[in-house]
Amino acid sequence: MVNFTVDGKNISAPKGTMLLEAIRGAGISIPTLCAHEAVSRSGACRLCVVEIKKGNRTRIVTSCLYGVEEGLTVNTKSDRVLNVRRLVMELLLARCPESEVLQKLAKELCVEPQARFVADTDKGKCILCRSCVRVCEEVVGVSAIGLFARGPHKTVGTPYNEKSDACIGCGACVYVCPTGHIEMTSTGDKRKIWGRTFKMQACSKCGKFFAPADQLKFISRKTGTPLEELKICTECR
Amino acid sequence: MTKAMSVAAKTKQIVKKHGNDKSGMIAVLQDIQETFNYLPKEALKAAAKAMKVPFSRVYEAATFYTAFSLKPRGKNIVKICLGTACHVRGASALQDKFERTLGIKPGETTKDNKFSLETVNCVGACALGPVVVINTDYHGQMTMKKIDKIIDNINKEGAQ
Ligand code: SF4
Ligand code: FES
Ligand code: FES
Repeated sequence: MVNFTVDGKNISAPKGTMLLEAIRGAGISIPTLCAHEAVSRSGACRLCVVEIKKGNRTRIVTSCLYGVEEGLTVNTKSDRVLNVRRLVMELLLARCPESEVLQKLAKELCVEPQARFVADTDKGKCILCRSCVRVCEEVVGVSAIGLFARGPHKTVGTPYNEKSDACIGCGACVYVCPTGHIEMTSTGDKRKIWGRTFKMQACSKCGKFFAPADQLKFISRKTGTPLEELKICTECR
Repeated sequence: MTKAMSVAAKTKQIVKKHGNDKSGMIAVLQDIQETFNYLPKEALKAAAKAMKVPFSRVYEAATFYTAFSLKPRGKNIVKICLGTACHVRGASALQDKFERTLGIKPGETTKDNKFSLETVNCVGACALGPVVVINTDYHGQMTMKKIDKIIDNINKEGAQ
């Protein structure tokens, strides 16, 4: 076990634990957007910042990516932390003014839209955290989407913004997106995502449409499970 | 169709030259651009397949670097440096001049396919500023007069 202090409290956590988990485990809350249990950490949103003190040096780190260390002094509420977090929140809010998730979080952190950061109107709700791209690559294994161009023009999507034949319509990207940017609509036997319409498979037992046919085909190909076996929904299995 | 075939075949050769591996991706993209003067979609798809890299990753790299173009470009590529040193020596006036003379904006190509206009941020020749790079030639201490002359020369060469 590694021993350290957070806001004056003595805490211990197993080696390899990230500060974020250790701090939350101690009942202290930290706002986050991009840390998600289904994807590897990227440190993209910068909301989870805390101040650490080693010897007599202090610095700001992202708690979701910083492993616990013996003797560390962590401060989650110092002026410095609150200032950095407020600035990050103001910038995120200016980028995605229409995201309800961000609006709510801003309210909780007492952050208001700032006149000095002109609000974007063309970014949707995307904060460019890359979580969707990561889950598509790391977990699903199809890499249908990416972050394209650079700087202010950077956007998430499929190459050339065209219907992707790599996409299997699984919706994992929608699941991990912290801000609700990715649109997925399901009506009856159809699901629409990233501009492409997928045919949904009806469960061979109960008849409920439960997964895109392309996703089942992909799983069958990958795992060698006969397709017919996969055509039964989880409830009927 | 035959064109698509040959683009893919040519791309495969290029990928092979760089070891059929994703570590050579940037070099592959540079070679593709050298060959076709831009990055055709078929080439990117073929390259992704040959390197066993997802198409989305290749497209990320292709759109990240400003040196790559996804649109066909003209025979002569004019790059105006808008870096700090060139900027303070009047690069934006030169840009205006090029835009007016060629009738195109940065990122565009003239109808006769002779010129494409691009802007760059510092080409590393600040002491010569303002700098304009035409194809592979660096033209330092650029003036309005010189621009007319250079464009005239290229037009004449083309007429031969
Ligand atoms: S769409 Fe969502 S998950 Fe993907 S980069 Fe944007 S905010 Fe992150
Ligand atoms: S949660 Fe740590 S940077 Fe986003
Ligand atoms: S700023 Fe133009 S060459 Fe450096």
